[in-house]
Amino acid sequence: MPTLFPSESPVREAGPDQPLYAPIKRRSFFMYAGATAGATALVLAGCNKSDSSPGTIDVGSGDAGILNYAYALEQLEAAFYAQVKTGGYYTGSTITAAEKQIFDDLALHEAIHRDFLKAALQAASITPLKDLTPNFSAINFGDRTSVLSAAQTFEDTGVAAYNGAGRFLTSNANLALAGKIVSVEARHAALIRDLRNYGSFVGSDVVNTFTPSAPATAGVYSGEGTPNTTANTQGNGNPGPGQERSKRPPQILQAVNDFLADGSKLSANSFA
Amino acid sequence: MDFFQLLSDVEKADPEFLDRINPRRRVFKYLGDAGQKITAAAVPAVLASFFNRAYGQSTTLTAPVQAVLTLALQLEYLEYHFYNTALGISGLVPSQETTSITTIRNDEAGHINALRAVLGSAAPAPYLVSDFDYSGGSGSGNGPMKNALIPGATGNTNGALFFAAGQAFSDTGQRAYKGGAPVLNTTATKDILEAALNIHSVEARHNSHFRTVRRALVANALGSAGAQAVSPFDAAPKSWISLVDNGGPTAPDGSKPASKVYGPGSPATGTPDASYPGDDNVTQATVNLTTLSSTYTAAAVSEAFDEPLDAATVKSIALLFTSATGKAKGLFQ
Repeated sequence: MPTLFPSESPVREAGPDQPLYAPIKRRSFFMYAGATAGATALVLAGCNKSDSSPGTIDVGSGDAGILNYAYALEQLEAAFYAQVKTGGYYTGSTITAAEKQIFDDLALHEAIHRDFLKAALQAASITPLKDLTPNFSAINFGDRTSVLSAAQTFEDTGVAAYNGAGRFLTSNANLALAGKIVSVEARHAALIRDLRNYGSFVGSDVVNTFTPSAPATAGVYSGEGTPNTTANTQGNGNPGPGQERSKRPPQILQAVNDFLADGSKLSANSFA
Repeated sequence: MDFFQLLSDVEKADPEFLDRINPRRRVFKYLGDAGQKITAAAVPAVLASFFNRAYGQSTTLTAPVQAVLTLALQLEYLEYHFYNTALGISGLVPSQETTSITTIRNDEAGHINALRAVLGSAAPAPYLVSDFDYSGGSGSGNGPMKNALIPGATGNTNGALFFAAGQAFSDTGQRAYKGGAPVLNTTATKDILEAALNIHSVEARHNSHFRTVRRALVANALGSAGAQAVSPFDAAPKSWISLVDNGGPTAPDGSKPASKVYGPGSPATGTPDASYPGDDNVTQATVNLTTLSSTYTAAAVSEAFDEPLDAATVKSIALLFTSATGKAKGLFQ
């Protein structure tokens, strides 16, 4: 099968932060793994050559790093919607048939994205990140408002994340695949926002909205007007007019880590 | 204004001015080819683009990058004028949606601003509303979507056909941006790529809202996002494309003018960055995703990914909505 993505294939040499790759007797391994002191070392063992911040798993570098970054985000979204479907709001009596169908679709799409990315990583001989443990303690799955608020956060974040990561992809095949996913996340985000507050499918918090002004010559529109934020550079939340507020991976992960348990928190030091 | 004096003054300031544009005699041929009446009022607009060609932002953009950005700009004008026109037609857009359509129109205006800035002197002269034929009649003005801008016309109760057209236009746009993104992925154009991605997702947000409105119309529940989608999703679609949405909206004459928006482009198979399958595609990176789980139906898998469309197919769709004057300007060609 042709390899689609350039393989980062980190060379797994034993090193100070990769103790599991040093030869170790089987009994000693289980003693080691059982010790709480070993927990941090086990986390660091999941890192590749990139620098990792203590207590976090770095997603890696190159296209492999971005694909794993995307895989991590999709894992989180899939886990969220899976939990929504077992929660009190979804299973209760107040949810409408329409909203139930929407959550069914959202759960399916994110699980499909997650499984696709894992399959694609493996096909490219890139080690996928481990199964992450989420932390959804701040979300009340019995309450529509809490569920929709969290859903909006995840979806808006996903769009900003994909858009801010595209520039790091060197393979156009990977860029194309990311493009196919991000517009679906944007559809999700827009619908959830309309469900929460009708008409907020585009808000100035996620898009640098623009107010056009009368053209110099009537009918001849050349882009006259002002954006609500002065554009800075792409990827820092201050894009040009009419554009999504894309963000760099470290900035995204700072917020996303609030929803990941200790031992599953992430870093993306190659993509500042 | 004294156009000739102006030329003479500029030539004094920059003796090479006329050589930058065209040799002197061809200047007037250019003005004629622009197809614009050179009235006193029109001259400044013509001159603006004329001078921009000489002194505008440096066009170090390669030809392929310029082509992608130009097509994107043309699509933005198509949408901008459509929504802007609609907002000016009394009784067309239901009151529950005037704010949303204004937001969408304003986003397209922002996109025009952004793309013109990136293209600089390579930006085409602004397209006018008269360059488009929103009936979908390739310039006849009598195409199947004619009623989309006529309040209360057959098929357009509460703007149903207007919203259907909005869905089709924004789906064309998001597929086009996806198709063009790989061309923008060069070391020198990473910021442009990110800008294009950031415009692309906004088009998808618009599209999601148009679909939400169309569901609401069928359920007689304007102003709420809570109406159910109804299979086969051509009239009351989900906020995402399911298979090919049964060809998209149906026109009053029973035809499916947007079926090409959901179908395959050319070529339909190949690597992800050089293939343009229909929206019912279930295979991504050689993996048929329906095989990963029994719950992953073809519909669900097709919904989870939007497909790119090649520039040629995008143009063939957009030309249906281009008038004779637009075509004369090279719009979508």
